[in-house]
Amino acid sequence: MSEITIADVEYVAGLAQLSLSDAAKEKLAKELGGILSYIEKLNELDTEGIEPMMHAMPLTNVLREDRVEPSLPRELALKNAPNTDGEYFLVPKILGGSE
Amino acid sequence: MNQDWTRATAHAIREAVKAGETSAESVTQVYLDRIAAVDPQVMAYNEVWTDAALAMAQAVDARISAGEDPGPLAGVPIGLKDLICTTEGHTTCSSKILAGYQSPFDATCVEKLRAQGAVFLGKLNMDEFAMGSSTENSSTHPTCNPFDLDSVPGGSSGGSAASVSAGECAFSLGSDTGGSIRQPAALCGCVGLKPTYGRVSRWGLVAFASSLDQIGPLTKDVRDQALALNAICGHDPRDSTSAPLEVPDFTQCLTGDVEGLTIGVPKEYFAEGLGDEVRAKVEAALDVLRGAGAKTVEVSLPHAEYAVAVYYIICTAEASANLARFDGVRYGFRHPAAKDMREMYVMSKSEGFGPEVQRRIMLGTYALSSGYYDAYYLKAQKARALIKRDFDQAYQHCDIIATPTTPTPAFKFGAKTGDPLEMYLSDIYTISLNLYGGPGISVPCGLSADGLPIGFQLMGKVFDEAAILRAAHAYEQRSGFQLDVPALAAS
Repeated sequence: MSEITIADVEYVAGLAQLSLSDAAKEKLAKELGGILSYIEKLNELDTEGIEPMMHAMPLTNVLREDRVEPSLPRELALKNAPNTDGEYFLVPKILGGSE
Repeated sequence: MNQDWTRATAHAIREAVKAGETSAESVTQVYLDRIAAVDPQVMAYNEVWTDAALAMAQAVDARISAGEDPGPLAGVPIGLKDLICTTEGHTTCSSKILAGYQSPFDATCVEKLRAQGAVFLGKLNMDEFAMGSSTENSSTHPTCNPFDLDSVPGGSSGGSAASVSAGECAFSLGSDTGGSIRQPAALCGCVGLKPTYGRVSRWGLVAFASSLDQIGPLTKDVRDQALALNAICGHDPRDSTSAPLEVPDFTQCLTGDVEGLTIGVPKEYFAEGLGDEVRAKVEAALDVLRGAGAKTVEVSLPHAEYAVAVYYIICTAEASANLARFDGVRYGFRHPAAKDMREMYVMSKSEGFGPEVQRRIMLGTYALSSGYYDAYYLKAQKARALIKRDFDQAYQHCDIIATPTTPTPAFKFGAKTGDPLEMYLSDIYTISLNLYGGPGISVPCGLSADGLPIGFQLMGKVFDEAAILRAAHAYEQRSGFQLDVPALAAS
């Protein structure tokens, strides 16, 4: 059984940019522990010398001609943004300081 | 005049529209009426595009009046899974984080269907971001199985499957990452096909697990699969993983004949865990194919038992990377109370993603995190190579492989929501194929004693959709299994 602690859950949630309630942390610790225990089944497999398979299609270096193509007009690109000034996406302040 | 178009196949509708026996507009109206009558029970749709659908249909009729070719899907009303981008309406992935999102472009498959004369009825419900096997993870509403409204339709393309079975569209598009087309097709009694990875452009498909996702059709019969595949397959320079290969005319492989075809039957798929009723129906289906001249041989896929474990590392790792884009900057939900950037990311994601999506992001982030990458992600990719090797070896002895699609017929709402792992295991027969990359089709092969549909799966070599279509069609011609929807018959 994989042991996933509350501290593990908090660390991973930080990486994933998620904030979890205490109840959710406890539930996730138990669920992730259970799923990872099942996944540990893979340790039964001898994969020595096996090339990892990253993709179903063995395509490499898919290139296209270096040619200017039409791109999304600005108003369409901005259409779904929560906040814009009509030219740029607006976000809350990044650097500290006065509001 | 009394033809019930809601039960008709796409090819029958197309012929009737082209021959002037009916108009695209009147067929579309029949489907819109059907949706109005039964969707309050089935709840397959996220939104219905009444005006846009009628306008598309009128345009098809105008082309016919003008003597122009209206296209191979003239007047065929279809539904689209709500993770396929459309300029019409919204594209929400059944997620709160994309509520109200209006795509600035059409997916490649949408452009292609439009050019062929298809009529779009609207967007179909799904598990949030295609993560689930029952459509219970939709953030808005559950979808019911038309054969039993207390049972799930399967998932993640639950709306796509239920709408076809309930006569709410002529066919639909879904997406399949680990079985999300084939499993709901089996549970709802329709035909569902996952094309070979790379066959259909993923441009405009909201990404879940990029090395596994594939768009495919859910239809009333196998001929409609050929018709739909002809429309959506093909190389697309906008998707660098799409295959630069010629696409055959898939209707040509529907010969009704399987003489000389060798079907592999993997013993691992008929072992413990397979329900008796499903086993009996699948074996009966194999008898039908043998009776039609196919040969069956036992094959082995020895790493099949590791597929679910491999899948839940690879798909969650890829999902955790793909879903990082929903940061509240360019589109999607932004939490109104966020005061700085970090808060904006964290509060928007935590409020916008549902529990299963968060669980998978957590699992994927863990698997990719420092110190665990080799133990989980790299190990899973190596195990994936072993699963692919199994298929390559099996296909030295057979042309296609036949298995059940699911271990059991549809289950009741709430039956598997308590334990995520139990839900994951309902895809045990479909997941391997996505890891290998080949095509697979689920075909209805009868009903359980409780009147629930059962499906069987035919899997093919990469880019050999033709062989599974040929066998599925030959089976369908002989099985006499007719799509019927008892629960909604009175409505």
